[in-house]
Amino acid sequence: MAVYEHLYRAYDGEEVTHWSRFLVIPRYAIRDVFKSKLFTTLFILCFIYPLIAAILVYLRHNANAVSLLQINISELLPIDNTFFSTFVGLQGSFAFILTVIVAPPLISRDLANNALPLYLCRPLSRVEYVLGKMAVIGFLLSCITWIPGLLIFLLQASLAGVGWLWSNLWMAWSIFFGSMVWILLLSLIALAISALVKWRVVASGAMLGLFFVPSAFAEIVNSLFLTKSAHLISLWATINNIWLGLFRLFERQTGSVRGTVSNPIYERQFFDIALLEPPLWASWLVVVLICGVCVLLLARRVRAYEVVT
Amino acid sequence: MTSVIELEQLSVTFGKRRILKSLDGALNGRSIGLLGPNGAGKTTLIHTLLGFHPPSSGTARIFGQDITHNAKQVRAAIGYMPERDSFIGKMSAVHFVRLMAELSGIPASHALERAHEALFYVGLGEARYRPVDSYSLGMKQLAKLAQAIVHGPKLIILDEPTNGLDPPTRSRMINMIRQIRDSGRARILLSSHLLRDVEECCDEILVLKDGYLVANCNLEEERKANRKFIELETRGGDRTAFAEAIGGLGCEYALSGERRMKLIMNETVEISDLYRLALAHEVQIRRLNFKRDSLEDIFLKAMETNGRATNGSL
Repeated sequence: MAVYEHLYRAYDGEEVTHWSRFLVIPRYAIRDVFKSKLFTTLFILCFIYPLIAAILVYLRHNANAVSLLQINISELLPIDNTFFSTFVGLQGSFAFILTVIVAPPLISRDLANNALPLYLCRPLSRVEYVLGKMAVIGFLLSCITWIPGLLIFLLQASLAGVGWLWSNLWMAWSIFFGSMVWILLLSLIALAISALVKWRVVASGAMLGLFFVPSAFAEIVNSLFLTKSAHLISLWATINNIWLGLFRLFERQTGSVRGTVSNPIYERQFFDIALLEPPLWASWLVVVLICGVCVLLLARRVRAYEVVT
Repeated sequence: MTSVIELEQLSVTFGKRRILKSLDGALNGRSIGLLGPNGAGKTTLIHTLLGFHPPSSGTARIFGQDITHNAKQVRAAIGYMPERDSFIGKMSAVHFVRLMAELSGIPASHALERAHEALFYVGLGEARYRPVDSYSLGMKQLAKLAQAIVHGPKLIILDEPTNGLDPPTRSRMINMIRQIRDSGRARILLSSHLLRDVEECCDEILVLKDGYLVANCNLEEERKANRKFIELETRGGDRTAFAEAIGGLGCEYALSGERRMKLIMNETVEISDLYRLALAHEVQIRRLNFKRDSLEDIFLKAMETNGRATNGSL
């Protein structure tokens, strides 16, 4: 019907499937996000390290190029679990920065403008709404974490041969799973903050605070009490331990400090205190607990209307 | 025929407060008015029909679909215009309405065309590329209506659609609601505390008071029924004989004052019969009024009802 015929008209055309409707949310949000030049620039910058990593992998297997560049091949990083662990850790940091920029307005803007009833009066459940918002973060972070990670892994496999691929296939899983855990944690925390705070700047501040203040506090506690146990309250240390675990690089004892005891009878005695990281299961438990709390917060806040009892 | 809305012992409780109390009834009107004083439960009923609040007991059906078990199918058939300002920040009206169309299941290829259509229909054609947050209150109401109708729903729920509108915009909104009603392509549930809006748009009303359904009546039938009550003002002739002659036709009558007379017309008696008798008795009929209950009368009668007095017609 042409727009000049101003009549009410029912819709009797085809409809998209119910399950795929939540994907409309990320499609619109991602289009919106890339309107920001700052974000687009940062997003492009996030691909610099994967590019460098890909070049390193290529050089590692190309003697001609190495001799042309006059580089000692032994100086190049070995392409092993440490290489991919570093990759995941570094790209994980970029993922955090992107999340701080993208996530805060995702739910807070809808809450501020009372848009939730408009979403939820349609054939879209609260879970699908949250999944749609998570998909925005999930898509963007996947583009800079596990997707380039797996591409580099495949490049290495294609250059090193099938033998290397089979013996290191577990690393592909570690890249994917380690990144996905981080994406899940970041998106749940960011959305929970976004659902609690209506102002974008405050939400960004809260996100930064949640990641950096406990980490700083943990370092102070660790220094004062000659321990590493306080790493459990540091999200950075917790996820780092999980990544190390997934890449089979985790060691509980990361060092020791020399302690002293002053005794009036004997002279000062020195002894070594082992610095033990929290066990891996404890790090996983922290992640699961944080995710659980975020889900509860989202379940409480993402409603068409708040009911005051 | 399937009712538009069926309420079956529907109760809703928030904490310890019972907001809706065992509502029963079947609504079949083309346009249903939901009336009640503040706090009567009108908005809670709408929200429950939309699945925002779960019923604590009982249920409701929309076009035969249970609101609890077939929530998605129910919501797919509904367009909802909320009472409060609702939009998506920093989005132009056309993008906003298009997003809403796509969320309702319209493919992206059709959604844009539908969004333009809906915005032209409500009269925002020229302003459709402006961000919704820059709109005036009246324009925001129209944008809300556009998003409610963009997917061509079978039932349109309008919560206080004329709130804050100036008289010309209100009149335009009422006209659009009536047009949609008369098109027969969608049923309307209109919640308002403005009796005039409901009277102009609705053919059936549901009155809530303190969470109880105190009246559910068909305004069209009520209007037809009220045509039986007539007030006459007469001059000259033999008024008593004229009244007795009318009584002889099977009508009840009562004389009041020197010139006035009230009648309850027999179904077989026509107005022309009254004029014929008046001529025979040399009585002049100076005024003839159908004395009908206004919506206000119906509403006030319902408000006099204590608690769950009537579930059904007044």
